Amino acid sequence: MMTLDTLAGGTDARITGVDWKLLAGDEAKRLRALGVDEGAQIAILHRGIFGTRDPLAIRIGQMTIALRRSHAQAITVETI
Amino acid sequence: MSRSDPALHRIAALVGNPNSGKSALFNALTGARQKIANYAGVTVERKAGRLALPGGGSIELLDLPGSYSLDAASPDEEVTRKVVHGEFAGEAIPEVLIVVLDAANLEQHLVFAQEVLELGHPTVVALNMVDLAERDGLTLDPAALSEALGVPVIPTVAVRRKGITELAAAIAEAKSHADEALHSRWRLTQPERRLSAKHMARGAILSKSTRHTVENGIDRTLLNPWVGPVILFAILFVIFQAVFAWATPFADALEGVVGSFTGFVTDTVPPGLVRDFLTEGVLAGVGSVVVFLPQIVILFFFILLMEASGYMARAAFLMDRLMAGVGLSGKSFIPLLSSFACAIPGIMATRSISDPKDRLTTILIAPLMTCSARLPVYAVIIAAFIPPDSVAPGVGLQGLVLFALYVAGIVGAMVVALVLRGTVTKGAASGFIMELPRYQLPRIKDLAIGLWQRAWVFLRRAGTIIFVATIALWVLLSFPKAEPGESQMDSSIAGHVATGLAVVLEPIGFNRQISLALIPAMAAREVAVSALATTYAVDTDDEDLAAQAVTERIAADWSLPTALAFLAWFVFAPQCLSTIAVTRRETNGWKWPAFMVGYLFVLAYVFAGITYWSAVALGL
Repeated sequence: MMTLDTLAGGTDARITGVDWKLLAGDEAKRLRALGVDEGAQIAILHRGIFGTRDPLAIRIGQMTIALRRSHAQAITVETI
Repeated sequence: MSRSDPALHRIAALVGNPNSGKSALFNALTGARQKIANYAGVTVERKAGRLALPGGGSIELLDLPGSYSLDAASPDEEVTRKVVHGEFAGEAIPEVLIVVLDAANLEQHLVFAQEVLELGHPTVVALNMVDLAERDGLTLDPAALSEALGVPVIPTVAVRRKGITELAAAIAEAKSHADEALHSRWRLTQPERRLSAKHMARGAILSKSTRHTVENGIDRTLLNPWVGPVILFAILFVIFQAVFAWATPFADALEGVVGSFTGFVTDTVPPGLVRDFLTEGVLAGVGSVVVFLPQIVILFFFILLMEASGYMARAAFLMDRLMAGVGLSGKSFIPLLSSFACAIPGIMATRSISDPKDRLTTILIAPLMTCSARLPVYAVIIAAFIPPDSVAPGVGLQGLVLFALYVAGIVGAMVVALVLRGTVTKGAASGFIMELPRYQLPRIKDLAIGLWQRAWVFLRRAGTIIFVATIALWVLLSFPKAEPGESQMDSSIAGHVATGLAVVLEPIGFNRQISLALIPAMAAREVAVSALATTYAVDTDDEDLAAQAVTERIAADWSLPTALAFLAWFVFAPQCLSTIAVTRRETNGWKWPAFMVGYLFVLAYVFAGITYWSAVALGL
């Protein structure tokens, strides 16, 4: 089991689970509304500056969305 | 639920995900005549316009805030939710809803469309940006989509006015069914909606060529960890050059217009109270606000350009890590940047921050960014006290001091943000989740409408409040009238206030002249220069001449510790009245502007004091 923040850039993956408890209420809602949920296909496109490489730009569906590593740590994925 | 409360007029409303091209569609449907106001109790804009319906008549059209879901995650989405449910006090329930979809992103946008359709209102779907979908290699079947959704689907390209007449006709048709009962549909769960959105999108896509979207390629450069920030700072550099360089001739021209009005009044109105009121009160007050208009328009031109093109979200992405260090997010970056020109457009730009606590924190620290109005004050004091030596080849001491003052403001803002996030705006660490929209070529007309709205909001709101405030200041400075042989400043109410203030300000090295100058500087910071000039009775109207003369006077009259303390004071305060007015407007009350003014004055006092006493102790 790996979390989204450890996924290599450009690798296609599928979301196997989201630990919603780790996310603030509104953030969970927003992520869900953007299509982040079990079964969705996802890939990391870009990473931010500096040592932490935060935030992440990910592709989900037809969209590119930015989120922080702390969000990505709540999302478990498997490569496909 | 009453469908038609006669007290409220009938409205139709546009709803859709952010980045669906909803605002461009709204502009195409209603033209430039739009009414912008704030929803009562929240700082969410209510945008309304008139839509002429084919076959005569018209209806008020609302552009509701972009929403990903009716299960609201931000104040914007809460407004949309309440309005479409008819729960928003003072707003009629919309008779017709127009759901705007991004044709190239149906799988996502159809989720929200289903949520809206479940409400059972007469609804029309605008399949927007079909041209961009074609660019991405998609061929769509609106008829199939219409069948699946059970409502009319009209393909549109808002920016080229394609499908606008057809959409208006469909809205008119839907409106004729508005008095029928609601046809509430079966409610689905969010995963069910997502699944059915996927099926519907598949059914509506006739063909799909595997052409690559351009975004990933552009982003590879613009979001590159090394190249991206360099490009961002190059763009910012150009913007700041433009804000200062381009605005000057316009600001000068506006000043000239105000000046000729003043001349006209001086020539036609007999000397006396009425003339003084018009020239020193009304025209000086209005003039001091209007001169900022060119800077605001130019700054907002670039901000709107970055927003419309899709670059703004990338700038936020690049700066997020840095802002996270003080408990903010990338979304605060642009408002804070704008505040270097003027805190007013900066505070207005905080509307793009969805998290209320982030937004409040950003508003509260915006005045710490060194605005252009502080520059004349810094320039005068530095010229008077800092020798034009060079500390290194090409690095002058005066420039270094100016730079240090800017840095002091930034560092102060960051520290204050950290403290505020741990105290008054405490909350869960603000996240940063945002869609990076596709790149688009902005359309001139949409930019023009946006600019006009910003300029108008600035002139009307800040203008009315500062107008009243400057008149109040003028009254304080003009009454009671001085006896012959006494100075007007000394006998006025403001003069007496200054005498009182001097007691408080003397411990931090300020003399009585400074205390007096600080009162009119509340109206606009750069007024401090002309106010000092007036108190030193340098009788000239030319600002440059006044500045030069006052430089010599204060160089002779002030000690170096006093001058340094004065500079430190201006890093934090005084607040200008327009900033306070805009803060009141944007936070919907007096609580936060009062807090802001309070903390800034405390900081100003403490740091001016520390500066003064350190300088004295060092024997400067």
